[in-house]
Amino acid sequence: MMTSTIKVMINGSTFELPATATLADAVALLPLKPPFAAAINLQFIPNTAYHHTPLHDADQIDLIAPVTGG
Amino acid sequence: MTMYSEKTPDDALVLYGQSFASRLLLGSSRYPSPGVLQAAVKLAQPAMLTASLRRQNLQAGEAAPNTFWALLAELNVPVLPNTAGCHSLQEVITTAQMAREVFGTPWLKLELIGDDYTLQPDTLNLVDAASRLIKDGFQVLPYCTEDLVLCQRLVDVGCQALMPWAAPIGTGKGPLNPYALRTLRSRLDVPLLVDAGLGLPSHACQVMEWGFDGVLLNTAVALAQDPVRMAGAFADATRAGRAAFLSGVMPEHDSAQPSTPVLGTPFWHQA
Repeated sequence: MMTSTIKVMINGSTFELPATATLADAVALLPLKPPFAAAINLQFIPNTAYHHTPLHDADQIDLIAPVTGG
Repeated sequence: MTMYSEKTPDDALVLYGQSFASRLLLGSSRYPSPGVLQAAVKLAQPAMLTASLRRQNLQAGEAAPNTFWALLAELNVPVLPNTAGCHSLQEVITTAQMAREVFGTPWLKLELIGDDYTLQPDTLNLVDAASRLIKDGFQVLPYCTEDLVLCQRLVDVGCQALMPWAAPIGTGKGPLNPYALRTLRSRLDVPLLVDAGLGLPSHACQVMEWGFDGVLLNTAVALAQDPVRMAGAFADATRAGRAAFLSGVMPEHDSAQPSTPVLGTPFWHQA
């Protein structure tokens, strides 16, 4: 039997989302300011693909932004 | 020593076909404040400014605008994203792809760390990483050691410029292995930018005198008591070293050579 929710890790924190959630849904829930980029399970997801990228239980999502660097 | 032979008439630094007026690249980290970084960049006029990517804080409620992003836009200096902190091939590739989307540039300072204590590059996997990224369209500037064979292999897979370290990142020790660095310079005919470990403007001047094409530094400027003045000092030293290299350095002698003419010396007598 399918569960109605999934648990994913986003930047190290656990979030519970509908089982039908896409990456776009997850991004919309979060206090993000552009620019940022996303990866799921260490695979880059282009921003044009957020809407048709389904999430799965236990996915590890990284949302990263520009910072200073050497 | 082989003179690097692709100097343009105005002596611009040319990387992957793109010309840069400055031979100094600056990091953007560890400055006392964004204002100090901004002033340092405005004074030094670097060819590029490095930047990085880190996880967004999702616990902060309403997210604040990214002030660093706004500062980059204001500075209008080409950005060189890095892959700092990556320890595996997959981490490097994914970070590079994310950086390209965020910063809108194919430039990449490839950092693949093999040892956390020295931050030494993972020399066994660096060539494979560079090869894959170049095939994916990146303009890769690999942070590497001064190992000649490693650097040759990086050139073989398409790196059009290399960034050998002078010393471990942030140590400020200056060139620890002058022999290997000078050997590298004499054997490779691609632009070589000394990256990491420079602490003094004289270090930058020294490697430029040896024929290196540029320097990249961060901590030596950012942690100076007056980072803005130090940024200017490094810019001057980099230009001075380059001018000295192009001028042709005099040969060394083991014995003294009087600079004043000996002929006609008064009161001269044979001992």
